[in-house]
Amino acid sequence: MKKLINAADTVVTDALAGVAAAHPSLSVDVVNKVILRAGGPTAGKVGLVSGGGSGHEPLHGGFVGYGMLDAACPGEVFTSPVPDQMLLATKAVNGGAGVLHIVKNYTGDVLNFQMAAELADDEDIEVASVIVNDDVAVEDSLYTAGRRGVGATVFMEKIAGALAEQGAGLASVAAVAREVNERSRSFGVALSSCATPAAGKPTFELGDSEIELGIGIHGEPGRTRGPMRSARELAAIALDAIGADIALDGELLVMVNGMGGTPLIELYVMYNEVASAIAARGGRITRNLVGNYITSLEMQGFSVTVCGLTPELTRLWDAPVDTPALRWGR
Amino acid sequence: MNTAVFRAWIVSAAEVIEANRDHLTQLDAAIGDADHGINLARGFAAVTAAIDGAATPGAVLTVTGSTLISKVGGASGPLYGVAFRRAGKALGTAPEADLPALGQALEAALAGVQQLGAAREGDKTMVDALAPATRAFGKAIADGAPAADALSALAAAAEAGAAATVSMQARKGRASYLGPRSVGHEDPGAASTALILAALRDAVIRDAGA
Repeated sequence: MKKLINAADTVVTDALAGVAAAHPSLSVDVVNKVILRAGGPTAGKVGLVSGGGSGHEPLHGGFVGYGMLDAACPGEVFTSPVPDQMLLATKAVNGGAGVLHIVKNYTGDVLNFQMAAELADDEDIEVASVIVNDDVAVEDSLYTAGRRGVGATVFMEKIAGALAEQGAGLASVAAVAREVNERSRSFGVALSSCATPAAGKPTFELGDSEIELGIGIHGEPGRTRGPMRSARELAAIALDAIGADIALDGELLVMVNGMGGTPLIELYVMYNEVASAIAARGGRITRNLVGNYITSLEMQGFSVTVCGLTPELTRLWDAPVDTPALRWGR
Repeated sequence: MNTAVFRAWIVSAAEVIEANRDHLTQLDAAIGDADHGINLARGFAAVTAAIDGAATPGAVLTVTGSTLISKVGGASGPLYGVAFRRAGKALGTAPEADLPALGQALEAALAGVQQLGAAREGDKTMVDALAPATRAFGKAIADGAPAADALSALAAAAEAGAAATVSMQARKGRASYLGPRSVGHEDPGAASTALILAALRDAVIRDAGA
């Protein structure tokens, strides 16, 4: 598969050099692979660190900046970063009020962040960790690694970031992050696979008229394979799955997210169907995002994430944010 | 078994992981995210340089583990890292390790992996290779088997354990997201564990023959 790269093994560092060149508001350590806000830690503010495999851009590096993350640790493509990166980021963003780790629920991310938190504790930095696990396609049981963290990560980073920016303490920031996770659910559909630069070919094969339902964000197959359907039918499948788990009434924050290879015109077609389906189920979308926010390389497809809002969560969502990928109010 | 044997094991493990890089990645493509061989090969390539200064068998394994934690990422980095570090700590600072000491190191490695990953046998993970291998090795040395036979029993049990993961449904790690669709594929972590333990067998037998 053709890719705009120099070499498969320099993709992550070459991209980080590009991020550094494009965004003077960020301080990028290309060698150790950490993206920080320029200007160092904010004294007295809780620091927010997230991280995960690369290939999900703009997540997480695109969300570093005022009102959102203080640091992001990108791993190799689809591979969790290592504890050294997370420790470096944690120390760099510690303004004396403690550091929140936002961790998507994948075995690798959880284990590496756990090790990093222990190392930070050895250096007397207070760390709280919040796990994101919003994907309804995975049964949360003893028989799986638990639900994956997907779209709700964006909501959590925005809302917890806003509260931290307003000076709240570590326990409050962690609590609002957990609240966002509990109130959010996601479901994803793939129309194509994707190819990691190192592998060079698609992770799985999908026929012209087939789709994968219940995918995550790593080009992995979903729960089931089925025939291609209309946008309206796909919206119904996604919202039936989400609605089986949380109430779709009241005020909602809804994201229709592209997996990386789907044009915006199709995402708006999907958003229209999602909005109609939610209205039909008694919900009211009061805030939304449409676009590529948490991707899986060049995979075609979409995910829907729904979060039940409260007045406080709406206020935090609306608070000013200034990052490469999310910017308003400032 | 002296430091040179342990260093030879790790070097040959690195070679066999590199040689099987694409195979392990293909196994991972079927039920995971197609990077197991790539990530382990990157880690072990760093390990071969890092162990040069290690002066004891325990130090060789501890440095191997620390380097894997720093270089691999994913779940396999911490899991293999803890396995090698615990094994290294179990060997202590002794200049040589006998068979019972190696058996205790393997048990420490298994305990570390299970503590961190919370996987049990039958979950379709590296534990399905490491646990039966550790048991077979313990039984062989309890029966008074010579080193070559005990190590052969270890490697054979690991290989059989990895092969047995084909029919299992994954309950841990990324393959568990597939539910019943994970059945019919060998677990890449069990496969790489079998390769690493086969390299241990070969290193010890080469040493005995030298």
